[in-house]
Amino acid sequence: MSELIKFVEAESKAVKEKLPAFGAGDTINVHYKIKEGNKERVQQFQGTVLQVRNQGSNGETFTVRKISSGIAVERIFPILSPNIEKIDLVRRGRVRRARLFYLRGRKGKAARIKEKL
Amino acid sequence: MPGIIGRKIGMTSVYNEEGKNMACTLIEAGPCVVTQVKDKESDGYRAVQLAYGERKEKNTPKALKGHFAKAKTTPKSKIVEFRDFREEFEDKVKLGNSISLDDVFVEQDFVDVIGTSKGKGFQGVVKRHGFGGVGQATHGQHNRLRAPGAIGACSFPSRVFKGLKMAGRTGGERVKVINLKVVKIYSDKNLVLVNGPVPGAKNSYVILEK
Repeated sequence: MSELIKFVEAESKAVKEKLPAFGAGDTINVHYKIKEGNKERVQQFQGTVLQVRNQGSNGETFTVRKISSGIAVERIFPILSPNIEKIDLVRRGRVRRARLFYLRGRKGKAARIKEKL
Repeated sequence: MPGIIGRKIGMTSVYNEEGKNMACTLIEAGPCVVTQVKDKESDGYRAVQLAYGERKEKNTPKALKGHFAKAKTTPKSKIVEFRDFREEFEDKVKLGNSISLDDVFVEQDFVDVIGTSKGKGFQGVVKRHGFGGVGQATHGQHNRLRAPGAIGACSFPSRVFKGLKMAGRTGGERVKVINLKVVKIYSDKNLVLVNGPVPGAKNSYVILEK
């Protein structure tokens, strides 16, 4: 990649450094700002990180999966989005691959992830 | 039209205040040297000729060497004329002066970008003109999927009309994209971020116009 593009993207590094380092298998809690009319509130979304895409670029996103009243919900967040207020790292998971799509076919006990200590 | 010459660096993306991700093109533009000022009396119209990009002395024809010497500058590789440039820039536009990004654009401006699109070679009508192809893949079709179909009538006019859209060389032509927003200007590095894609390959010359 061109040095000049790196120079432009370096600005976003400061945003990323405020967030905890996390990866696939970790459980995180995303505080996401939501605008309703002219009111703004913060919504929390807690779940397992399935994957982190386009790592290191300005277009980096991550997918979080949670089971909400029996229905699985997956949400993709852009990591540099100004709407992310903060991210809490709840639990670190020990997994053997970078993309945990196999979790989609599992539920309950089978979908557990071992904690990384 | 005021403008400046630049070089396409590549694409990246930034977020605006609303949290929307905008695809942006990074362009290194200017500083350009004024190599000629045309006016109504001597040339019949008002224009400014700008030059940009380094060029080796040995690769420059003698005629151009003299042209650049008049402006007291080193040989440049890209020369572009901008018509009706001067009205607001009367004091800056003097032979040999350099014009940088800040002189012409501010952030949030809308600019037009002109470049030479990437050459695609000999292409069929589907890619070249956006034809739909010949419909189904089934019902006996086997080799007509991307064909142009009929190209005219029969014994009258007994010829194919000129300018009919057919296969041929695609790309590599001058393309202008209009109304791209200037997202950010890095004046110390002569860089400008515009919202949206820009024609041409990386490192190719582009012209930014207001």
